[in-house]
Amino acid sequence: MSSRSRTSCVLLAVLALLAGCDREERRSRGTPLAEAALGGPPESILQPGGAVPPPPDARAADFEENAYAVSRGQQLFQQMNCSGCHAHGGGGMGPPLMDDQWRYGGRMEQIVASIDQGRPNGMPSWRGKLTPQQMWQLAAYVRSLSAQPREDVLSGRSDSESATEPPTLRSRERVIPSSPAGVQGTTP
Amino acid sequence: MTRGLRGLGLTFALAGCHGTQSMTEGAGLQGVQFSNLFTLFSAVTGFFYLLVIVGLIGGLILRPREDRTAEGEKAAGVGFMTWLGGVLLGLTALTVASYVADRNVAAATPAHPTLEVQVTGNQWWWDVTYRNADTGQELRTANELHLPVGVPVRLTLKSNDVIHSFWVPALGGKQDLIPGRTNMLTLLPTQTGIYRGQCAEFCGAQHAHMAIDVTIEPRDAFRRWWAAGLAPAVPPANPLAKAGYQFVMTRQCASCHTISGTPASGRVGPDLTHLASRRSIGAGTFPMTRGHLFAWVADPQGAKRGNQMPYVGLDADQLRAVVAYLEGLK
Repeated sequence: MSSRSRTSCVLLAVLALLAGCDREERRSRGTPLAEAALGGPPESILQPGGAVPPPPDARAADFEENAYAVSRGQQLFQQMNCSGCHAHGGGGMGPPLMDDQWRYGGRMEQIVASIDQGRPNGMPSWRGKLTPQQMWQLAAYVRSLSAQPREDVLSGRSDSESATEPPTLRSRERVIPSSPAGVQGTTP
Repeated sequence: MTRGLRGLGLTFALAGCHGTQSMTEGAGLQGVQFSNLFTLFSAVTGFFYLLVIVGLIGGLILRPREDRTAEGEKAAGVGFMTWLGGVLLGLTALTVASYVADRNVAAATPAHPTLEVQVTGNQWWWDVTYRNADTGQELRTANELHLPVGVPVRLTLKSNDVIHSFWVPALGGKQDLIPGRTNMLTLLPTQTGIYRGQCAEFCGAQHAHMAIDVTIEPRDAFRRWWAAGLAPAVPPANPLAKAGYQFVMTRQCASCHTISGTPASGRVGPDLTHLASRRSIGAGTFPMTRGHLFAWVADPQGAKRGNQMPYVGLDADQLRAVVAYLEGLK
């Protein structure tokens, strides 16, 4: 192989690598026509034999695997005071969102339906209060609390105040039990 | 051709030297002091720059002498000492001037000014809250700052998301807004007028469209603005505006925006109580006109892509009603 063709090969490889630098798309506006289809009259949640699960929606994967959608959902979770009942996913007055139990289904479509219609015992309906796009973003975040999404989709830092210590490069100081000064109450 | 280009470049550079967003405007004490310092620094460093250039050219033109004489050595020594003295003198002048400017600012601004304003940075707008410590009254507005002339003001700077930076060049003083921290900035406006501030720390896609309208006005005008700002929103006047009111109160708008005197009390987006009395919308992105209001409400993501206001999808009648209501919020 001549040096010139070797150079071309290297250049081609670099170009191929550059193609991977494309960021995911931020669909800031949503898709107006399809989103509007979520409307309709409010359904009764009292149905014989349990609620009929909503049909699978092609948008679910789009929102769930989109870092922008998950991060916007995280902001909305704070702004719309979801933490007021669900805490930061751990649950309180409302059920926890971090575990594997879903009273009304854990698929994206089912979570959106719960946000849209509201559920008994306190979950309000957000229809008309949030846009469908925002509900999908919220659902993407709620899913990410328990569904172990791809690493690159997750937000790098939490927006909420955290009680846990921030990660630090400094190693922790060791407590020596044999030293009397290290045990509480023994110092004069 | 080259001369024309150079002239054009110079014109552009000079165009930045005046107007509503200029450091040389000197509308605040800090701005004037900074401007004076800048002139002094330019003069001193420019003088020494010219001196060095003249020396270099002289060294190239004058023929070096081959023999070293005692007189020559002496002249070189004197020249060196003069140079050293000049540099020391220049540096001393700059240091003293900086110190004096700093003291002047400190002397003119009290440690606890009576007027306190909290400015919170958001992607990509400014949340402004005036608090009257005596009466406990609070005035919340967005993307505008009204300041009485000659009254020192303390700005409390916070951020809700990323690092921003508050900078009104005419007033002088630039301070970052850092999430989880509270920064202070004391300013003393000295000249009435309309100025523009700009976020000075890259904060995301619409960083360039994060401006704040600053109005420095006489105390009476400020009091009038303050009294008008405390009043609740004007109720809708005609049937169209009433329909808009209904939509704003019952739909997505009220989830994020506050309109004082109405049920709308969301704290996520800018306060809209006296929206129509502001000079611009979208943090200085568009002038406050009917057309721009229409464009903004119809499709916020088309007007300022990436901002946090979602596309709501109003139909034509709803849009007309909502804009009619918003226009009445004087």
